Amino acid sequence: MQLELSAQDAAFRDEMRTFFTTEFPQDIRDAVLQGRHLTHDQIVSSQRVLNAAGLAVPHWPEEWGGKGWSDLQRHLWHEEMQRAGVPTPLAFNASMIGPVLAQFGSQEQKERFLPKTANLDIWWSQGFSEPDAGSDLASLRTAAVRDGDDWIVNGQKTWTTLGQYGDWIFTLVRTDPDAKQQAGISMLLIDMSLDGVEVRPIEMIDGGHEVNEVWFSDVRVPGDLMVGELNSGWTIAKFLLGNERVGVAPVGATKRALATLKASAADLLDDPLTRARVAELENELLALELTALRVVAHSAGGEPHPASSVLKLQGTELQQAVSELALDLAGPGALASGADDDSPVPGWARLSAPTYLNLRKASIYGGSNEIQRQIIARTILGL
Amino acid sequence: MDFTYDDEQKALRDAVRGLANKAYAEFENRRKATADAPGFDEAQWVRLAEMGVLGLPFSEDDGGVGAGPVEIGLVCQELGRVLAPEPFLASVVHAGGLVSAAGSPEQRADLLGRLAAGEIVLAAADTSPGGRWSAAAEGVTAAQDGDNWTVTGVRDPVPNGARADHIVVSASLPDGGTGLFVIDGESVSRTDYAVFDGSRAACVQLSGTAAVPLGEPGRDLTATIATISDITRIMGANQALGVMQAQVAATNDYLRTRKQFGVTLNTFQALTFRAADMYVSLELTHSLVDWATMVIAAGTREDIADAADRVGLQVARASRHIGQEAIQLHGGIAMTAEYSVGVGTAHLDVLGQWLGGAQHHLTRLADRVADHDEVEALT
Repeated sequence: MQLELSAQDAAFRDEMRTFFTTEFPQDIRDAVLQGRHLTHDQIVSSQRVLNAAGLAVPHWPEEWGGKGWSDLQRHLWHEEMQRAGVPTPLAFNASMIGPVLAQFGSQEQKERFLPKTANLDIWWSQGFSEPDAGSDLASLRTAAVRDGDDWIVNGQKTWTTLGQYGDWIFTLVRTDPDAKQQAGISMLLIDMSLDGVEVRPIEMIDGGHEVNEVWFSDVRVPGDLMVGELNSGWTIAKFLLGNERVGVAPVGATKRALATLKASAADLLDDPLTRARVAELENELLALELTALRVVAHSAGGEPHPASSVLKLQGTELQQAVSELALDLAGPGALASGADDDSPVPGWARLSAPTYLNLRKASIYGGSNEIQRQIIARTILGL
Repeated sequence: MDFTYDDEQKALRDAVRGLANKAYAEFENRRKATADAPGFDEAQWVRLAEMGVLGLPFSEDDGGVGAGPVEIGLVCQELGRVLAPEPFLASVVHAGGLVSAAGSPEQRADLLGRLAAGEIVLAAADTSPGGRWSAAAEGVTAAQDGDNWTVTGVRDPVPNGARADHIVVSASLPDGGTGLFVIDGESVSRTDYAVFDGSRAACVQLSGTAAVPLGEPGRDLTATIATISDITRIMGANQALGVMQAQVAATNDYLRTRKQFGVTLNTFQALTFRAADMYVSLELTHSLVDWATMVIAAGTREDIADAADRVGLQVARASRHIGQEAIQLHGGIAMTAEYSVGVGTAHLDVLGQWLGGAQHHLTRLADRVADHDEVEALT
């Protein structure tokens, strides 16, 4: 047992920290650190800066831009980005469809999509959830029916995050209605500019437009856009969701949010109860970060450490708890959520309520926290 | 950065686990050992000495092994798993730690040599009635007459105070500050009593009791006392981790096997979700315990104090969560003295009250919250 990073890993961390804090666009970092929503153009240019430096998709196979880093190096890269306020690469591209195509895609699909996916020349959306298929994803009903070499897709997806910016959508569709639920599902790549694809915004409790419904009406999709074998979609989805859980506990970003709140609301730290709440959260974040490091240190080359399910559960609860503290500290000023920058109420206080409301999503998505408890109870504890 | 044991550490863990299981895997043996004073099995104390465990923290010159905090921590974990009542934490880590840090070479060789050999039990007496985890002596004063020193006051509770052959007492010095003194256990009035987890403590009355200064006479040792207390807290956290690991395992076994309404209890999601939350608490605590243990080797006095507060807070929260849920999910059986789970919860509370609970550590952390931007996990 040893606390210090090896000289090599320490140098790696310094290299990351230096790049993110000195070479990355400051205006985008400021927006992230102040908790503001990023624009489409900021997200795209951010990913292109990272990609140009070889830092957008380091976890992909080296052939497609990966770096062959250790799990610990990937962890340090991810943490340093969050610490510096650098937006992490768009998850739909970098963490979801990219690794899926690299693993399951045809050579033609890899060549056609992976470079543009890494550079965010294509913005991907995720077409998984449906109105009647949430945690029970395998009950999805959006159907694809064979017509010559093509597939005709009909149905509805929902909770499609940032689907208003999507160029393409990776979609789970039912291709065999007679098979057992999981066995009749395939993954199709669908161009969102095709006739019959309609994106409808969903207005959320934070007043924002972050998610959408995506409707498919007789959309004709060429057959070469199926990923992997026919009816192998469930295997691919499990692979993708397994990756999703790895980065879903934003320890570094939550630590930064709490540090920023402490600095913004410094006057309120005179209250001993406030100090106690901050101290308690800092301690819980330390325990979470150390658990993430333990998982990383034990995962190398083998099975994931059983404690990895803890990360999503506790990571999202702490993310929510920090936003709740910000709302409490904002006091009546939180009501100024719709005021503009001329408001005498500081920005952090104006953003506190929308952020708090928005983050209620964190314990629902990525496998709800009840699903995580189910995984812990069944697969770790054998209950 | 590495959170794994090396081969030698694994061998030590397996050896201590074997010895601990042989004695106390059968919980009834622990009940017997704690039924009367001194509240532990003298023969097991000697067996621990023979394995080298009692001399683990001390230098080879002092008759010890010179092992590091990771080794001492894993011994505490293993003893915690079976609720071993032998006073490794109180006598070796705490009292022995004070002698090791403050004693003269002769004092260390004598006291620690005999402690490592299992010939004596030491106790540390630093708490007076109403005291609350203060490194500066309260309630006991030292007086000097030429080369002779005496101490006067009351120390209570003193863990293992009635059994101890020698007691290390903290006392206010005539010229200010706090000194440490060794007294002969036979020379004082001691009232032995049972603690609620089966261990023993005593009220020790000192009235002009002859006392030998530990190390250089008259020197202020407040900072040393604070650091040894902090190390004891971190080792207590290791012991609590072992207790909680055993409680979580026992609870899961029980849910898998206990039948009600014709089915095993793990059929009920209301119960398995609570077991999952216990596991989350346990793993988060495990991470902080490992971290704090490593800080002892790598950090300054201030780093160790901070780590003791951080692990102390986490362990206190987890002890209540896991200790309470382990009893609730078992039901009535865990309320009985003949079953390990409920006694484990009592032991967790002994550790918390003795070494400092959540409110103590949180108060200290809250005082420092504006001193830093983020809390750094890695150095």
